[in-house]
Amino acid sequence: MTTTLERRQEYRALFKSNVAKRLVVDKVVRIIVFACVIIAIIPLGSILVEVFKNGIAAISFEFLTETPGAIGSGEGGIGPAIQGTLIIIGLASLIGVPIGVMSGIYLAEYGDNKLARSIRFFNDVFMEFPSIVLGIFAFLVIVLILGHFSVWAGAFALSLIMFPIVARTTEESLKMVPITYREAGTALGLKKWIITFRIVISAAKSGMITGILLSISRIGGETAPLIMTILGSSQFFSSMDVPMDALPLRIWRLSLLPYDSAQLQGWGSALVLIIIILGINLGVRYYFANKKGNGIIGRLIKAGVTRQK
Amino acid sequence: MARPKLEPKKHRRLPISDKVFKIGATLAGVYVLLMIALLVFQLVSESYPIWEEEGLSFIVGTDWNAVEDRESFGALPYILGTLVTAALAMAIGVPLSLGIAMFISDAPAKIGGPLGFLVELLAAVPSVIYGLWGLFVFRIYFKDWIEIPLHNTFGDSIWLFSGKPFGLDIITASVILAIMIIPTVSAVSREVMKAVPQQQKEAAYMLGATKWEMFRLAVFPYSKTGLIGASILGLGRAVGETMAVTMLIGNATGIAAIPSSFFKPSQTMSSIIANEFVEASPASLHLPALIGVALVLLLVAIVINVIAHILVTRMLKVKEGAINN
Repeated sequence: MTTTLERRQEYRALFKSNVAKRLVVDKVVRIIVFACVIIAIIPLGSILVEVFKNGIAAISFEFLTETPGAIGSGEGGIGPAIQGTLIIIGLASLIGVPIGVMSGIYLAEYGDNKLARSIRFFNDVFMEFPSIVLGIFAFLVIVLILGHFSVWAGAFALSLIMFPIVARTTEESLKMVPITYREAGTALGLKKWIITFRIVISAAKSGMITGILLSISRIGGETAPLIMTILGSSQFFSSMDVPMDALPLRIWRLSLLPYDSAQLQGWGSALVLIIIILGINLGVRYYFANKKGNGIIGRLIKAGVTRQK
Repeated sequence: MARPKLEPKKHRRLPISDKVFKIGATLAGVYVLLMIALLVFQLVSESYPIWEEEGLSFIVGTDWNAVEDRESFGALPYILGTLVTAALAMAIGVPLSLGIAMFISDAPAKIGGPLGFLVELLAAVPSVIYGLWGLFVFRIYFKDWIEIPLHNTFGDSIWLFSGKPFGLDIITASVILAIMIIPTVSAVSREVMKAVPQQQKEAAYMLGATKWEMFRLAVFPYSKTGLIGASILGLGRAVGETMAVTMLIGNATGIAAIPSSFFKPSQTMSSIIANEFVEASPASLHLPALIGVALVLLLVAIVINVIAHILVTRMLKVKEGAINN
C-alpha cells in the first residue's frame, strides 16, 4: 500500500494549511494576551501621573500643616487629616496587631484540629467582608452605645480589617520556620511560649513585619468604615470622643465640592496618601519580598490579602 | 521474646504559663468567630424594625423615601445596581485578568516578574483615589471616546445604549470596578495556572501543540475550578467595593436607580449606605433600613466568598497532591 504522488501532495497541502492556521491563531492569542497586560497597566500609569502632576502644585508647607480654610477659598491645608490618619493607623494597630499575631500563633502552633480549620476558613472569608459593613458594625457597637462619634470606633473598625491579614501572614511565616528550631528549644527544656516568642518568632520576624506593614498600608487607604465612625472634621485632634479627620475622608469630601481649588487640594491630599501607601508597599516588597514569588508575598497573594477596598 | 509493654504514660502536665499562653492564643483565634457572630447579630437586631415594617417588600420594593410620614423603603434598585455593576465588572475584568495570568505564568521571569508586580500595584491604590481619578480624568475621556460614539451609533436601536451619556453612570462605575478586581483575579488565576503540573504542559508540547493549544489542552481543563473560584473572588470584591463606585455611579435613588441602560445613573448597596448613613436619624426607620441594606450586602458577600474560597482551596489542594505523587 503506497500513496500516490498526488495523494501525498494533497496531504502536504492539508498539513501546511493546518499548521499555518494554528500558528496564526497562536500569534493572535499571544498579541491579545500581551495587550491585556498593557491595558491593565495603563490605568496605573495614568493614576500615578495624574496624581503627581496635579498634586505637586498643591503641596506646600502650609498645605501639609494647616487646618482647612473656608469651603471653596482654596486656603488652608490638610494638617488634621494627616494627623488623623497617623492616629487612626496607630490605634488600629494597637488593637489589631496583638490579636492578629496571637491568632496566627494559634493557627500555626495549635492549628491542627477542627476548630482551627474553621477559624482559618472564617478568617479568610472575614477578610473579604465589605469594609463598609465593618464600619456599620463599629458604629452599632461603639458610636450608638456611647452616643457620640469616637476615634476608638474608627480604630476598632480598621482593626477588624487588619487582624485577619496579620493572622494569616503570621501563620504563614511561622509555618516556614523549620520544626527543628522548635525541637532544639524543647531539647533545651524551654517552655512552649518561650520557644514561640524567643525562637520561632525571631526566625519568622521578616514575614510578620511584611504582613503587618501591608495591612497598615491597606487600612491607611480605607474610607468607607471611617464615614460612620470618625466622620471627618476640620480641626486638629482634641479628644477621643469627637469626630476626627483622615486623609481618605478628606479626599472624598474635597472631591464632592464644585470648586477648582477644592479639586486641587483633593489631588494634593491624594498625592500625600499615595506616597504614604505606595511607600510602605514598595518598601516592604523591596526589602522583604522573595524574588521567586513563592516567598511570603506569593503566599500573601494566595491568601488574597493585598487588595484595597 | 515479648516486647516490654509500653505503659500509656500520663501526659506531663503543662506548666501554668504554657496553659495561659495556649488559652490566650485560642481566644485570639476564636475572636474572628466571635466577631462574625456579633456582627450578624447586631445587623439583624438593629435592622429588625425595617423587616417588621416592610417585610419582604424591603427586598422587592422599589420606593425609597426617607421623608418623615412618607417613609417607605424598598432596596430592590440597589440590590440590582450592585449585581449589575458587579456582573459588568466581571465581564470586562475577568477576560483581561485571565490574559494577564496566561502571560505572566508563562513569560520568562525577567519580564513576567516586573509586569506582574505592576499589575499587583493596582491593588495598592486606595479606592478613594480610584474615585478621584475616575471623577476628574477617566470619566471625561470615557465619555468622549466611548460613550458618545456608542450612543450615537446604537442609541436609537438598542436600549442598552439609550439615555444621555454623562460619565456618571453604570458603565463608568463598572469599568473602574473591573480595573480594581484585575489584581485579585489575575494573581489568584496565576497561582492556579502555575499549579498545573509541568509534565502536563510538556506532554502537550510533545504532541506538537502551539503555546495557545498547550493552554487549551493542558492548563484550562486542569485549572478550571480554580479559575472559576478566582473569578468569583473578584465578584466578591466588586460587590463590596464602596468609595470609587459611590463617586462614579451618579447616585440615583428609588425607582430611578433601577439599572436599565449603560448610561443611566444608578446606586449600589454600598453606595447608598455611604451616601445616606450620616444623615439617617436613629429615631426614624431610615437607619434600620440602611442597616438592613448592609445585612443583605453582607449575606451576598458571604455567599460569594464562601463559594470562591472552597473552589480555590480545592484547586490548590489538588496541586499539592499532584506534586507529592
